[in-house]
Amino acid sequence: MTTVTRRNVLKSGTALMGGMAGILATGRAPAFAQGTTVHWLRWNDFVPASDQLLRKELLPAAEKALGIKINFETVNGNDLQPRITSAIQSGSGPDVIMLFNNHPQIYSESVIDLSDLTNSVSKAEGGYYDLCKSNTADGQKWIAQPWAIVGAMIAYRKSWFDEVGSPTFPDTWEKYREVGKKLKANGRPIGQTLGHTFGDAPTFSYPYMWSWGGTEIEKDGKTVNLNKKEVIESVKFMTAFWKEAHDEGGLAWDDTNNNRAFLSQTICATLNGASIYIESLRNPDKYITEKGAQLKTDIQHSPLPKGPAGQFAMHTFFSHVIPNYSKNQAGAKEFLKWIHTTANYEPWFVSQKGFATPPTREWEKHKLWDEDKVMAPFKVAGLLGQTPGYPLPSSGKKPAEVLTKYIITDMYAKAIQGGTAEDAVMWAQGELTKVYT
Amino acid sequence: MAIAETQVYLPQAPRPRLRLLEDERWLAFVLLVPTLVLLGMFIAYPFVRGILLSVSSARVGVPGDFVGLANFYKIFNDGIFRTSAYNTFVYTGVTTVFKLALGLWLAMLLNRNFRGKAFTRAFILLPFIIPTVLSTFAWKWMFDPTFSVLNWLLYHLGLITSRINWLGDPDLAMISIIIVNIWRGVPFFAISLLAGLQTISPELNEAAAIDGAKPWQRFWHVTWPLLLPVTMVVVLFSVIQTFADFQIVYVMTGGGPANATHLFATYAYQIGIGTGILSEGAAIALAMFPILFLVVIIQLLYIRRVEVR
Repeated sequence: MTTVTRRNVLKSGTALMGGMAGILATGRAPAFAQGTTVHWLRWNDFVPASDQLLRKELLPAAEKALGIKINFETVNGNDLQPRITSAIQSGSGPDVIMLFNNHPQIYSESVIDLSDLTNSVSKAEGGYYDLCKSNTADGQKWIAQPWAIVGAMIAYRKSWFDEVGSPTFPDTWEKYREVGKKLKANGRPIGQTLGHTFGDAPTFSYPYMWSWGGTEIEKDGKTVNLNKKEVIESVKFMTAFWKEAHDEGGLAWDDTNNNRAFLSQTICATLNGASIYIESLRNPDKYITEKGAQLKTDIQHSPLPKGPAGQFAMHTFFSHVIPNYSKNQAGAKEFLKWIHTTANYEPWFVSQKGFATPPTREWEKHKLWDEDKVMAPFKVAGLLGQTPGYPLPSSGKKPAEVLTKYIITDMYAKAIQGGTAEDAVMWAQGELTKVYT
Repeated sequence: MAIAETQVYLPQAPRPRLRLLEDERWLAFVLLVPTLVLLGMFIAYPFVRGILLSVSSARVGVPGDFVGLANFYKIFNDGIFRTSAYNTFVYTGVTTVFKLALGLWLAMLLNRNFRGKAFTRAFILLPFIIPTVLSTFAWKWMFDPTFSVLNWLLYHLGLITSRINWLGDPDLAMISIIIVNIWRGVPFFAISLLAGLQTISPELNEAAAIDGAKPWQRFWHVTWPLLLPVTMVVVLFSVIQTFADFQIVYVMTGGGPANATHLFATYAYQIGIGTGILSEGAAIALAMFPILFLVVIIQLLYIRRVEVR
């Protein structure tokens, strides 16, 4: 039996402290399982079947083909940024990380150049859509590899819109407000989040602002001119539109609330990816309308209506980065290369049933788009979307800062909460000025 | 004259390093070293690092340059920071008053003899035992804008005719997070004060009763003064924890709607982690320090005065 002596304890304690001192001195956490394991961090997919496909089929195939082990981890979408920030600061963490929208721009100094991968995919698949480059290129190189675009369209109840005299979806904000007013009077409001959440809030508030003629920054990239008549009008309109036609709980919603509300049939329409429709397809007998029909037969999709300055869209964009700290950069790149080959990417794309649109043009020809007319509007989502920072050609660090501070979304939310439109716009102008100067 | 050589054999002396440890003073110091290292690593190092970050222009992955107090100047001119500071004071003040009142009331009840006392005491602790994030998610569902069980209950009791927008209205959202904090904090107050109550000799109360003191007089002139040192320590802990609270607000509202419920910690998190401006995030977090430091000093001085008395 080993005897525990005072001297042994002191010696062990010294060794432990020496180890800790080493960690502090190098500023890096100890790295385990280096060399052959690629740690891939993604969100919990709104189409769970796709995560199942990755776990059960695609990743085992990748492991076999590449001779590496893949540690696949999924987290809530809103937790991806905290994870990458802590990983970069501690110098250890996942080797491949999925990010939303223009978030890669925030980490441009801490991720590796993926231009070789993106160039080869672009060449093989007819080129990326413009919004991909804007979100993931920093002007000199591609800092992230585009993965997919989740088209933001309004999912709406066709029969309910018919009942209030709108057989086609309203094509202007004024008409949408009129129809929404009638629907809310029937206990079927429009559902829209204006909360701090990555997807549905900015993909509504940005295009809405653009459609009235407002932009967070002028073309010169220096002048902030938000505080103008058009934007104030847009806020006034939104405030009234919200009270007359919306579910007022939307100020506190995240990206999942509208799915639950629509599927439980408490709202008539919501800006969303196609996840609501896909869920209704997955469980046709679970979601039944008040008339006894399957809910999936009563869902249609439409782009956002037009405003005085035109019709705009912004879609939730997904890409992957490989952080500088990764000890497995080669393995991580090989993996991204493997998963982006047409044969390997296609099963994942098909499992999404159109929820995610691939980032390159070639996929517009895929037969999936002919299978279900309800999903047809999503086919060209990549062609139509703008990115935060519009009209700048690249959605760089400053637009990313504006996006992650939710300034545009909060401008509308502040006015809806009870402030004046003028005050809300002036506040947003001030916040934007702080970012851009 | 020949001198006879005498060989003297002495026991081998221990090496000086280990002999040093035979001295109790040195041994005490060596035994304290692990604690000092732990305090240094987990308290002093993060604190100093936080200060260094707050006076730099560091962003995530970019060390940045020294900028002096520019970040503090920036945040003090930031409307959201001012709202967060105001919210933090309101949140801490209101919750502490309620937690103390309800906790004391509960402790007095639990200090009596009744059947199932042990079970009740254990049951009372549940909100404190359940992981905060888990219980806060349950509350989030209860306050859900669309599916709130509270609204359902109030509606079916005929108390409301339309939904209450718990988390979508700035004032109600603030009230909601305050309710959850009180719910979670009352058991801590109750159990700690109960422990304090049990150290008070029943004979004191009995003597006061014999002298004709009424229940309220017995509480105010006998129990309360004796319970005060414990109460002050409990309040001190609670104020520190509540002032720096993060989990409840992050899960319930994320600081929304439109930044209306941000506290220091959640706003620091949004700027530092979400937007990646670590320096400003550190400055916001550090802004808490002087206030908390002052609270701690005042309360500790007060406790010392009470103890001396």
